[in-house]
Amino acid sequence: MTTRTYNGPRPESGEPGLGPAAVSAVDITRRYGRDESAVEALAGVSIDVPVGQFTAVMGPSGSGKSTLMHILAGLDQPTEGTVTIAGLEISSMSDGELTRLRRRHIGFVFQFFNLLPMLTAEENIVLPLSIAGEKPDRAWVEELLETVGIADRRTHRPAELSGGQHQRVSIARALVTEPIVLFADEPTGNLDSNTSRDVLELLRNSVDGLGQTIVMVTHDPQAAAQADRILFLADGLIVKEIRASTAAEVLEAMQEVSGR
Amino acid sequence: MRLRDVLAAGSIGLRTRRLRAALSVLGISIGIASIVAVLGISGSTQANLLGEIDALGTNLLTAAPGQQVLGGSGQLYPGAVTKIAHLSGVQSAAGVYQVPNTAPLRTGYISPLQTGGLGVEAADPTLLDALRSPLASGTFLSPATSNYPGVVLGSTAAHQLGLSSLADHPLLYIQGQWFAVIGILKPLPLAPELNPQVLIGLPVAERIFGTVNAATTIYVRANTNAVTSVRGLLAVSANPEHPETVQVSRPSDALSARAAAQGSYDTLLLGLGLVALLVGGVGIANVMVISVLERRGEIGLRRALGATRPDIAGQFLTESLLLSLLGGLAGAAIGVAVTAGYAAIKALPTTLSATALGGGIGAALTIGAVAGIYPALRASRLAPTEALRAV
Repeated sequence: MTTRTYNGPRPESGEPGLGPAAVSAVDITRRYGRDESAVEALAGVSIDVPVGQFTAVMGPSGSGKSTLMHILAGLDQPTEGTVTIAGLEISSMSDGELTRLRRRHIGFVFQFFNLLPMLTAEENIVLPLSIAGEKPDRAWVEELLETVGIADRRTHRPAELSGGQHQRVSIARALVTEPIVLFADEPTGNLDSNTSRDVLELLRNSVDGLGQTIVMVTHDPQAAAQADRILFLADGLIVKEIRASTAAEVLEAMQEVSGR
Repeated sequence: MRLRDVLAAGSIGLRTRRLRAALSVLGISIGIASIVAVLGISGSTQANLLGEIDALGTNLLTAAPGQQVLGGSGQLYPGAVTKIAHLSGVQSAAGVYQVPNTAPLRTGYISPLQTGGLGVEAADPTLLDALRSPLASGTFLSPATSNYPGVVLGSTAAHQLGLSSLADHPLLYIQGQWFAVIGILKPLPLAPELNPQVLIGLPVAERIFGTVNAATTIYVRANTNAVTSVRGLLAVSANPEHPETVQVSRPSDALSARAAAQGSYDTLLLGLGLVALLVGGVGIANVMVISVLERRGEIGLRRALGATRPDIAGQFLTESLLLSLLGGLAGAAIGVAVTAGYAAIKALPTTLSATALGGGIGAALTIGAVAGIYPALRASRLAPTEALRAV
C-alpha cells in the first residue's frame, strides 16, 4: 500500500505509538437517567489514543466499551469530563459542529447497519463525501477499492455481497476521508474465522501502511491480538491494560479481569 | 448537501418501497382528481350552457298576464300582438292563445281526461320566426293553414303521442274533431312551456273552440341593441289600462341563472375534495412516521458519517414532498381524463382551468410539506447512538 500524506489538521506525530494523542479523554463519566434510577455506563475513564496506534477495547457486556467508543468518536457527549478530538475540545460543541467534526475526521466500521442497502458498494464508499457535498478523488477511491479487494463488486448492492465483503466496503468507506481515527465496533462480530482474519489483516495493514489510527471494540481475542495495545473495561472503568499479545495471552487477561 | 444528493436521498424511500409509496399517495391523488374533475366538469357544463345561450340569443322577451293588484290574473288586450309588432326595434311578435278544456288524443276511444300532461293552444304564424327555432319536420302554421284543422306538435307532445315523423300523415282527435299533423317542433330551451303543447291556428280555434283573441303569452324577438327599450314598452302595449298587471321577462335570463347556479355546487364539492386531500395528507404523515421508525439504522449511520440534523430532516421532508407531488400529478392526470371523458360523452366543450390544475398541485405540495414536518423532525432528533443500537 502507498503512504499518503494526510491533508487535515493533525497533532504532531513522533514515533508511532508514542506521539501526541489523536483522541484523548480526561475523567469522563456517562450517566443515564437521574438521581436514584441513574445508570452509570462510564464512571471516570481517562484515555489517550496516540497517533498511528491500533488500540483494542475489551470487556463484558455492560462494561461501557460501546459507550466509551461513542464518546471518543464524538457520537455522544459525556456527562462529566473532557474529550479532545484532533486537538479540538468537544464538550462545548453544538450538535452541528460535532457532526461536521465526525464527517471530516472520524471513520466508522459498525457491526450492523454498516451500509445503505439501496446504494452500490462504490456509492457506499463515497457516502461521507456525498454527505459533505464534496466530489471524491477518483484515484483515491480506485486505490481503496483495490486495497480492500472489492473492485470487481463495486456496482453491487449490499444484498449481493457477503458479510466479509460488507465489512471490507465499510473499511474502505471509513478510510475515504483519511480520518484522524477509525473506530471499529465489533467489526468481526458477524463473521467466520477465515473472513475475520482477512478483515483484521486489512485493518492492521492500514495502520502499518497508511499510518492510520484505529480504536476497535471487540469480544474476540483473535481480533484483539492484532492490536498494539489492549484495554479492559469493567463496570465503567479501565481495569487493565496490556501491550501487543497473542490470542492466548489476551484470553488469559480476559479471564483474569472477569474473575475479579 | 448538494441538491442532487438531497433529491437522491429523499427519493430512496419511494424507490425501494414502490407499492407502499403508491398506496400512500392514493389519498392525495383522489383528492386532487376530484377537485380537478369537479372544476373541469362544472367549467365544461357552464361553457356549454353559455355557448347555448349565445346561440339562442338574449333578445327574446315574453309578456304574460301577471297578478292584479287586488288579486286575480290580468289580461292582455286583443290586438296587443299587432301593436307590439309595430314597435320600433321589434323584429317579430307572436301570441299564443288559450284553448281551454281540450286534450289532444290519438283516437276518440281515449277518455279526454287523459291529457298526458299535454295541452292545446292557438298560435300566430309568426311564432316560429319569433322563437327562431327550426322545425324538426313538416311546416309551421301559415296564414293559409291557420284556417284549416292542422296542428303543429311541440317536441314533448310529439314524443308523448308517439309521433316522430309525418310519413304516415298522422291525425289527432281533439274534442270531436280530427286534425292533421303538419309539423313537429324541435325542443325550445327558451320556451320550454311550449314543448308539451299542440298548436293550432287562431282562426280555427276561434271557430271551433271559441277561443278569445286575447293572448296568454306574447313572444317578442327584438333587435339586440333595442332589447331594453322594447322591454320598457311591452307592458304598456300589452295592457294600456293596467300595465302593472303585465309580467315581462327575458327567458334567456333563466338559462343564465342556471349557469350561475352551476357554480354554487362547486364550493360544496370542492370542500369534499379538500377533505379528501386532508385525509390523504394524514395517510402520508402516517407512512412517513413508520418509515422513520423502520429506517433508524440508516438514520444513525448517516448521522455517524456526518449528516447533520437539518440534513436528515431535509431528507425526509423531501421524501414527503416528492410523495405528495407524485400524488398531485397523478390526481391531476386522472381529473383531466375524467373531465375529458365526461365532456366527450355529454358532447360538451372540454374546459380545464389552469388555475385549478396549478392550485391543485400547489395544495398537494402544501399538504405534503405539513404532513412531513413531524416525521422529519422526529427523524432528525434520533441520537446516533440510539439509532445504531441493534433492534
